[in-house]
This record gives sequence, structure tokens and C-alpha cells, in this order.
Amino acid sequence: MDQRSPTPDESFERRKSAIGIRMTLLYSLVYAGFVALSVFQPAWMGVRALFGLNLAVTYGLGLIILAILFALIYNQLCRVPNGSAGGSGAQTKGGRP
Amino acid sequence: MTVVVFLVFVALVLAVSSYTSRRARGVGGYFVANSSIPWGINGIAFAGGYLSVASFLGICGLIAFFGYDGFLYSIGFLAGWIVALFVIAEPMKRRGTFTFSDALNRTFNHPGIQLAAGLSVLVVSLFYLVPQMVGAGVLVEPLLGIPHYWGVIIVGSVVIVIVAGGGMTSTTYVQFFNGGLLLLVAATLTLAVLARGVGTADRPLEEGAGGVPSYQFRELPVRVQGDSVEVALDGVRTVDRHAVIDRYTGDEALVFYRLSHLVPAVSDGPDGYAADIKGRTVRLDGTSGPGWSVESRDGRQFVRIEEWWRLDTTGPPRLVETQARTVRSDGEVLLNGAPESPANRIRQMGGVSALPARYGERTGSVGPLRLLAVFADRDTVVQLPRATTFSTAAGERVTIHYEGALSGSTFMRPGLMFPLEARAGEPGITTLLNRLNFISLMLALFFGTSALPHILIRYYTVPSADAARKSTIVAIGGIGLFYILTMYLGVGAVASGALNPETSNMSAPLLARSFGEILFAITSGVAFTTVLATVSGLIMAASGAVAHDLMANIVRRPVSDTAKVRAGRIVAVVVGLVGIVLGIAFRDMNVSFLVGWAFAVAASANLPSLLFMLFWKKTTAQGIIASILVGIGSSVALILLSPDMWSRYGFDAATAPMPINQPGIVSIPLSFLVLVIVSLATQNRPQPVPRNS
Repeated sequence: MDQRSPTPDESFERRKSAIGIRMTLLYSLVYAGFVALSVFQPAWMGVRALFGLNLAVTYGLGLIILAILFALIYNQLCRVPNGSAGGSGAQTKGGRP
Repeated sequence: MTVVVFLVFVALVLAVSSYTSRRARGVGGYFVANSSIPWGINGIAFAGGYLSVASFLGICGLIAFFGYDGFLYSIGFLAGWIVALFVIAEPMKRRGTFTFSDALNRTFNHPGIQLAAGLSVLVVSLFYLVPQMVGAGVLVEPLLGIPHYWGVIIVGSVVIVIVAGGGMTSTTYVQFFNGGLLLLVAATLTLAVLARGVGTADRPLEEGAGGVPSYQFRELPVRVQGDSVEVALDGVRTVDRHAVIDRYTGDEALVFYRLSHLVPAVSDGPDGYAADIKGRTVRLDGTSGPGWSVESRDGRQFVRIEEWWRLDTTGPPRLVETQARTVRSDGEVLLNGAPESPANRIRQMGGVSALPARYGERTGSVGPLRLLAVFADRDTVVQLPRATTFSTAAGERVTIHYEGALSGSTFMRPGLMFPLEARAGEPGITTLLNRLNFISLMLALFFGTSALPHILIRYYTVPSADAARKSTIVAIGGIGLFYILTMYLGVGAVASGALNPETSNMSAPLLARSFGEILFAITSGVAFTTVLATVSGLIMAASGAVAHDLMANIVRRPVSDTAKVRAGRIVAVVVGLVGIVLGIAFRDMNVSFLVGWAFAVAASANLPSLLFMLFWKKTTAQGIIASILVGIGSSVALILLSPDMWSRYGFDAATAPMPINQPGIVSIPLSFLVLVIVSLATQNRPQPVPRNS
């Protein structure tokens, strides 16, 4: 494998990739919690949670809103750092290799 | 009106396509829109391509008929985008140029990978294409009054024109146009639902094009003695009794009685009668027919018909009117006791029959959270269309549509469509299999989204990895908003009392019709452009896979750019034609079910290799090829051996070799496992020289 020291761009890519994987794992846990509750404790899903809504609706809407929030947070974290020439945008105009 | 609006939408789509097609020159222009689509437009195009007719019509219908369980699809369909954004989007753009196989093959440059990946794109695209085509037919049949196959042919032809003519550029702008319209229509309908609120008497009585008539189902007080009932109404006789297990609750028996009763009739010309059947004047030819006959009583004329009523013993015992379609042993079909005709059609059902005391009969306008809270309240009672089918001793096949009452607290939590709770008397293995089926579906939706071919190709239409990420974020915002709105469209459809008991897919257009013909026509038109947008993306993906990946392996010599584009256009025409044939052949297949399967095949075939190629250094070309082939093979085989397919072959579903319908829980881990094992076993094989990256 490549033994040279990574360029600023490459280390930024690695950092982004690490953040992405962590956020995916975190979201997967919240999603798995939802599936597990639906399967093993469906009665709990009927319990009243926030704003007069039951847990099923709160959790379900929450999962959608959380996805949108995560996406925005990730975008903030992915902003090109100062000193990284060209950022992560490997330009491939024209669609040719 | 519907026809005019419908034609306007198709014309708009073709105009967008033709205006943008001139930019589709050259191989980059045809396959990836010169990678010059701005990220905002690409993001909405993601939404327009991804939100298929299954999301719009399918999910609204499932929520309207099964409550919260329909919304589970919304959650799963959106959650998968997290994997797409965080893991797939940027590496896919950085590593590839035209197709998903480019990215997969960048490290290995192995012809086998290109072949397997191209094959996988083709299989998944076709799997996904069938439900879209079927959906188009389902849509035009009631809307335009033309046969199912015409819907399929229209979609196929328009899409062939879009894709073969304008390639990825036209496809992108058609999807952008559709994504914007879809969000606009869903938001408008939601605002209308919130402004109207919920009322216990909301049963629209007007009748219009494409809709079904409304009707207030009657009740008859009865005295129950053992298995027989006594009805205190002149001229009524009980003909038949039939008891079935309620498949929605599992343990309660439903009892139906066939009553022979009289409906008022007047002579309508020399050779027929006009009878009053379920609120409609239905013309009957002659003085008798299969199951009906004219009778005179006290100088007045009546038609004697036979109809099925459901025994309800929750309060004072009473019979509640139902609707029934009866196929007699001689092949004659009767609807509600008389021949089906434009006047005697299926009546709409559903509605809210009780609200919490503080609202009285109407809530008035409500906010978005309040509306959901009203539906989730245990004092709210919703009436949902339910159906049961059985055979009688006389050899008739009877399908009864009745309204089932349900408390809001049951309606708005999981369990109506996926029976997850253990039921009294149910074997433990059945509960376990139901749960596995559900977990399997949720797994396929989560992992399938980012592996769908028409999603993967959209990473190459933007100029940079940054733009790929940003457009994915726009997609998540737009799609997330849309799926939240599906909840309102679904419960709004129940509140409108305008459900067609024979097809849940029409719930969203029928909800729109309860607000007026214009909204109905626009909603139906947008539903149709949704099919066009998704099918264009799928055919584009298939066209790229064949022209770019498969051809390179079959021809085995450098192919000129012009030849590639020509091949791409020819493939678009061929796949479009194949889609038309399959759409007509599979017309009776359940649309949502097929989409779930397409996700499972995509997740099993593509995702393991994508993830491992990015994150596991020991991955080998052989591992990737084996994983893709085993992923496709196992998921398709398990689908073919599933209980649902087994019953389609005419066998008993319980004897199917695969006990659950959803293959993902087996095929996804299997594909991962094969990749690891084959990669470890082929560590010492010489790997092809990597391309410079």
C-alpha cells in the first residue's frame, strides 16, 4: 500500500470519511432501536410521547428529521479547511476520464 | 378535464426533454450530462427520480388502509439516504466517471467486475422497472378510462423518446421538473387537509370523473338466535351464512349473512327496470337475471336482489351493509347483487366515525401536530375498508368489502399490516417469521437505497465530489419533507372518507378529488409524470450499463464514443420495449411489494462490494465478483421460492421452501460473507495492475 505521507487533501478526505462512518453508525443505532421497538415492544409504540403524539409517530418523524439534521451537520463539518488547495472537489468537467 | 390536464403534463415533460436534449451531444453529454448539472438541480432531480409511484400513490394508500405501517416504508426509504450521503456519494464521484462499475473497478481494472456490475445494474433496473410500468397502467385505467396496457405503452413510448433522444441531460431535467411538482402537490394537499380538519360526517356525496360514488351504508337491527338472525323488515329472507377469521385481528370471527331483500324499482321502457341500488339508479334489462328478479307488492314494483351484510354484535346486534363482488360458477360477475355498470360501480368507503369529546363533530382547521395527535387519540374511531374472499357452496367466489372500526391508538402504531405482536393461539414460529419478515424489509430499505442503479448514476452528473455531497443533502431535505407529507396525505385520505376499497393506490388522487376536480386532475397528472421520471432514470442506468460495461466485455476492443452513444440509444429503446412487455405481463402484481424486492436485490448485489471496496484493504477482484453474483442469485432465488410467489404458482403458500417473503435478511449477509471468504482465499492471486488514482 501507499507509504508516502498523505497530502492535506487526502488527510481531509480521510477525516471526512471517518466522520461519515461514525454518523452512519450512530444513525444505524437509532434506526435499529426503532425497528427493535416495533418488533419486540409494539405496545410501547402506543405510549404518549411528545406534543400529544404517541411514541411511534414521534420516533418515526424524529428519524426523518434526524436524517435531515445529520445531513446539514455533516455538510458543515465537510467544509474545505483553510490551507487545503482545491478542497475535495476533484473536478472532472466534460465527463471524460 | 382530467384528460386535458394529463395531456398538458405529458406535453410539458416532452417540451422539457426536447429543450434540454440539444445539450446531450457526445458520450459525456449522453451518459452523464457533461457532469455539468448544478448541485441544487441535481438534488431535486434525485428526489424526482427516487420518489416513484410506489412512494406517492403506494405509501399514501398503505397509510390510508393500514395506518402507521404504511409510514414504515417512508421511514425506511428515507433512512437509506444516510448511507448514500455519508458513505457512498463522494467516493463514488471521485472514483468513477460514467457508471457504478467504474468506481468499483478503479482499483482492480478487472473485466469480470465490469461484467458483473453491469449485469447487476441491468437486473435491478428491470426489477424496479416492472412495478413502475404496472403502476402506470393502474393509474390510467380509472383516470382516462382506457385499458391498462395503454398506460404501459404510453409511458414506455414517452420514456423512450426522452432517454434515446436526450440521454442523461433530458432525464435530469425531467426528474427535476417532476421532483419540484411532486413536492408542490404534496404540500398543497397537506395544507388543504389541515385547513379542512377532521369531521365525523365527512363523506363526500358528489360524483366525478375517475372517482367512485359515495354511499352511507345502512344498518338493520336484528335478533340473533344461534346461527340464525331475525330481521324485522318486510320481504327480507336470509339465504346464506358465512363465517371467516378476521385476518386483521387474527382471532375474531367475522359473520356475514346473505339477505334476499327488495329494492324499489320503476319500469324503464318496455324491456327493463330502473332499480335503486345503494343510492344509485341502476338499469336492469328484462324482468330477471342471475341473482335478481322483479316482484310486485301492494301495486308497487320492486327488484329482489341478494346482498351480503356483516353481523355486528359490539352494541345491540345489527347487520351492517357491505359491498360484494360475486363471480358465479357460470362466470357472470355481480356487484352488490346486480350486473356491474357505469351506475353500479364500487362505492367509496372509509372515514372517521368518532372524535374525542372535546372536538364534537368537527375539529375545524388544525395544525400539523394536532392533526396527527387527533388520529392517534384512543377516542378517535376510524373506519377502514377491509376485504375478505371466500367460496360458497354454490361455487361462487365472493369478495366482501366492509368497513372495520379501529381506535386511533391502534391505527397510529405498528401492527396492522405487519402482524408483529404474538396473537392468542398463534404458533410461536408464525410470530417469529412475521418479525423476521419485517426486519428483513427494513434492512433491505436501509441498505438498498444507496445501491439503486438510477441513484448511483446521478453522482456523475455533477462537476465535483463536493457537488455530489451537496446534491445528496438537497435530496435528503426534499425527500424527507415529502415522506413527512405522505403521513398527512394518508390520514387525510381516511378523513375525506373517499377510499376506493378495491385499490389503495387511488387514495391520494381520490383525496385530491374531495377538494375539487382541478386538484384531482393535477394530482393524477403529477402521479403520471412521476412514473415517467423514475422510468427514465432506470432506462438511463440500464443503457449506461450495457453500452459502457457489458459491451466493452463482449466486443473486447476499443469502442468509439459515437458507437457507445449509438449503442446507448439502441439499448434505451430495447429496454423500454422490454419494460412495456413486462409491465403488461405482470399487471396483477402488487406494486409496493415488487419495489421492496428491487431494494433487496440492489442491497444484496451492490452494497457489500461498494462498502468493502472502500473500507477493507484485503478486498480482491474475485471477492467483488463473487459477492455481486451471489447477491443477485440468492436474492432472486429466495424471492422465487417465497410464500408470495409460491401462491402465485398455485401452490399452498405455507409449503414454500423459503418461509418469509423478504429475502434481505439472508441474502445481504450472505453477499457480505462471500465477499470476505473469497477475498481471503484469493489474497495470493495476482491482481490486475491498478489504474493511477
